[in-house]
Amino acid sequence: MRVMRNAGLATGAVIVGAVLFCAVFAELLMPHDPFAQDLTRRLLPPFWMEGADPNHLLGTDQLGRDYLSRLILGARISFLIGIFAVIVSGLIGITIGVIGGFFGGRIDDVVMFVITTRLAIPLILVALAVVSLVGSSLTVVVLTLGLLLWDRFAVVARTTTMQVRTLDYVSAAWAAGCSRAWILGREVLPNILSPLAVVATLEMALAILIEAALSFLGLGVPPPLPSWGLMISEGKEYMFFDPWVIFIPGTALFVLVMGINLLGDGLRDLVGAAEVR
Amino acid sequence: MLLFLARRTALAVLVALTVLTFAFVLTRLAGDLAIVIAGPEARAEDVEAIRRAYGLDRPVVIQFLDWAWRAAMGDFGQSFFYRERVSTLIWERLPITLTLGLVGLAIALVVALPLGILAALRENTWIDRAVGLVAMVGQAMPSFWLGLILMLVLGLQLGWLPISGTGSWQHYVMPGIVLSFSAIPALMRLTRAGMIDAMSSDYIRTARAKGLSRGSIVLKHALRNAAMPVVSITAVQLGFMLGGSIVIETVFALHGIGFLAWESISKNDFPTVQAVVLLFAIIYIVLTLLADVLNAVLDPRLRAS
Repeated sequence: MRVMRNAGLATGAVIVGAVLFCAVFAELLMPHDPFAQDLTRRLLPPFWMEGADPNHLLGTDQLGRDYLSRLILGARISFLIGIFAVIVSGLIGITIGVIGGFFGGRIDDVVMFVITTRLAIPLILVALAVVSLVGSSLTVVVLTLGLLLWDRFAVVARTTTMQVRTLDYVSAAWAAGCSRAWILGREVLPNILSPLAVVATLEMALAILIEAALSFLGLGVPPPLPSWGLMISEGKEYMFFDPWVIFIPGTALFVLVMGINLLGDGLRDLVGAAEVR
Repeated sequence: MLLFLARRTALAVLVALTVLTFAFVLTRLAGDLAIVIAGPEARAEDVEAIRRAYGLDRPVVIQFLDWAWRAAMGDFGQSFFYRERVSTLIWERLPITLTLGLVGLAIALVVALPLGILAALRENTWIDRAVGLVAMVGQAMPSFWLGLILMLVLGLQLGWLPISGTGSWQHYVMPGIVLSFSAIPALMRLTRAGMIDAMSSDYIRTARAKGLSRGSIVLKHALRNAAMPVVSITAVQLGFMLGGSIVIETVFALHGIGFLAWESISKNDFPTVQAVVLLFAIIYIVLTLLADVLNAVLDPRLRAS
């Protein structure tokens, strides 16, 4: 059992590590300029098909841009979205959750009300509306997702804070005359971090998937940026004759999200954070 | 019990009112609505005329109260784009989205319940791990991409199902499968956890000691107790699924509420956007309220607290 779990964790780490490497060193890895169009060389097939060009391992898109280079730069977009959306939503959610769990009573009622309201708001619909109204850019997408995806952070931070609050070392700190800020920052927060790390992986995967969906619907990352969702959207018209144009970016998206989830799942078992799902 | 019901209903109403305010504020994010509606090439007089025609020259608070009051009565005004009443638009399209949601939920339950039970009964075996892997694959699958792949395979290659539209029941199969993927992981994990809990409890040990058959223990005793959280998560998932139908309806050109929402967002049709946001929120609020009340009725421990 243990071996299989570690295998999952290792697979996840390898996938995430490889994609992160592409994202960081995109400029060095891209064989071509991902924005350079060549209308005489449109929709060249990838290497495993007949008529492939060894210069373009994964072929070219409908504007003749090198597909491999676009895929590599797309990894950077996914990571930027995932990491920054998690930072924004984590700050909001953890603050709300810790306040509710620590103070309890009326304050906790308000926190529960805020969480319930957030859950009632339809996520993708509102994200689409906001991006459409404010105008689409990478920053707008990151902020929108960050402002919407904090609910699970809040729920888990609240529950775990409630459990930690009553433990002996917190009572001891109270008795020793520590200030409220000290107890929150030095006693409570460090002890709820591991389940929150698991939440962070789940939310990162979700943010990447939702960005892809928004870009697919034309209201996410604007062209000509090679977001994987946008690549699938642009390839959609050609998929009946050249199915590989949606197959390649879709597989990349699926593998990355799967890798992040495997990593999160392994982490959960490692730190014993069973309360997070 | 009555106190619980009253408190829970009051919370639901309060949440609904907050979402109502949110839906109004959302559409003011763009700044001056009159300019957005008139378009970039409009003259100043035209913008002014539109501002008066839609009542946008009034103070914002009055606009909000007027809109909120009408919305509470089910009147969302005229759609800018479709030139029809928003309530009529929604009413016409609602059956399609509800059908899609129910088909998706039915598929999700048919897949998730047996697999969840199986995983629980074979806890910590390779079967359990395989079921967990299925859940993770379902979670990682981008729904719009899965939709396109199904179109290519089931629609184009095999020719089993129609690719898009709403003509017959077959049109709902592929979108239903894609939608079910968003609910299967949560339902499966909860069924598994509930069954594991139930199987290790005292009443199951008693039932075993009485010499009841394994089938009777699993189906009559354990499942009944594991079912309660599953029922409530099912209601919550249905709410999420309806909200997620926007992507799937767009992929399959199902002209339901989700498609309407996408079109009205891209056409800056604010009255429709507001109405759809509110509608999905209200459906979710009502579903979770029903789930909580049902749980309280079934479980006396919850009632007391």
